[in-house]
Amino acid sequence: MHSTNYVIRFVLVMTCVVALVLAAMATLLQPIHKANEALYNKRGIIQAVETKLPKPVSEMTDKEVKDIFDSKVEQYVINTDGERLSEEEVVAAGYPGGQAENIDMEKEKKKDPSNRLLPVFKYEKDGSDYFIFSVRGNGLWDAIWGNIALESNFNEVAGATFDHKSETPGLGAEIKDNPNFREQFIGKEIFSEDGEFVSITVRKGGAKDPDHEVDGISGATITADGVTAMLENGLENYMSYISKNRPEKVKN
Amino acid sequence: MAEETQVKEAPKEKKEFFGKKERRLITDPLTDNNPITVQVLGICSALAVTTLLYPSIIMAVAVIFVMVFSNLTTSLLRKYIPQQVRMIVQLVIIASLVTMVELSLKALNFAVYKQLSVFIGLIITNCIIMGRLEAFALANKPWQSMLDGLGNAVGYGAILIIVAFFRELFGKGSLFAGSPIEFKIIGPTQDFLINTSESVMFGWYTNNNLMVLSVAAMFILAILIWVQRSYNPELVDVS
Repeated sequence: MHSTNYVIRFVLVMTCVVALVLAAMATLLQPIHKANEALYNKRGIIQAVETKLPKPVSEMTDKEVKDIFDSKVEQYVINTDGERLSEEEVVAAGYPGGQAENIDMEKEKKKDPSNRLLPVFKYEKDGSDYFIFSVRGNGLWDAIWGNIALESNFNEVAGATFDHKSETPGLGAEIKDNPNFREQFIGKEIFSEDGEFVSITVRKGGAKDPDHEVDGISGATITADGVTAMLENGLENYMSYISKNRPEKVKN
Repeated sequence: MAEETQVKEAPKEKKEFFGKKERRLITDPLTDNNPITVQVLGICSALAVTTLLYPSIIMAVAVIFVMVFSNLTTSLLRKYIPQQVRMIVQLVIIASLVTMVELSLKALNFAVYKQLSVFIGLIITNCIIMGRLEAFALANKPWQSMLDGLGNAVGYGAILIIVAFFRELFGKGSLFAGSPIEFKIIGPTQDFLINTSESVMFGWYTNNNLMVLSVAAMFILAILIWVQRSYNPELVDVS
């Protein structure tokens, strides 16, 4: 049996050593972590227009993702009134990078809706533009987020990607893991025939309205409802921007 | 005289670097003393992480790393660890190794890290690791402790992979989903959708959603235990 004095000294030394080693490791690896994270987000953004890309994002190397993002994607930040903000204004709002990719959606979600900053990514291919919007919401266990790409008529969906923090693998996590889920969104419309915003609903038991609904995932009803709510609220934020830029004539 | 024989024996023992005893340290946990099927430890993580094969393999590798090095560290420190706080010390060792695994994975392969982040943290709560530290590493030399850790971790990982194989095959109809070599084996391809159209093989097969739930792991584990014990009746009532 060791003396209390020894125990205290041992624990103190152990704590210091462990803290030092872990802190050093975290600090040293942080630049790599940050770069990985930024790249991962870029992957998610361009994956929203996957059908327009030269090849599937999952087959691209990190460099190809970066090249496409840097050369083909124009990014800018807007406010909820649909006005485009300058880089200085974004920096002043607390994002030193000043770019749309720097916007922290979690932070924006907590703000009052009228003060939010929203990233817009414009992907250009063969003369037509695709607008990628970022959305964020809640799944069953934790946050879920995604990027949804609209055609230049701001009605038809060109693609969508989703990600999550800790949804159940095999169930809720399918929103990200199963490409069939996100592919369903392609070609859906966010406005009804009367030009009213209806968003897109993930329907339990299968889509009934072919224009505005997609099939749900069995065993993941709450995550699916989270996706529905996220799309509705997220696109609502962009609504001023969308109605400003939307062509007057309603499709159909 | 007595001193002399001792001196003579000491190097002899060292020569047995990988003798019969050491071999048993590795082979025992694989079969007759398997941490999951015989000692019934680490059940919770075996239930939680085995929905897909690929994450299970990464998980097994991570557990092997954590277990080998936590056993080694504990064994090296065994004479200095105060009895009163040994559990906390063991926990700190495990937790820091797990954090290291997590940080390295995040830097090396971000995609896999994203997929596994919840599971990697779960290694800390794996009772096999703490069990081996408590039962073996605290009382044995570093080399033997390392082997013991390796044996137990591989024994654990093997069960994990077997369970995950069946769960993924029957639950999702695929194997290695999420990895670069993902392939779809049975059942319709648009597996979770209502409007099923194409199929790969055995298109009539409907994915068994039970297999995705943790209960399925319990069934498969029970079958494994049953098979193992009918093969080796000595194991009955061991645990």
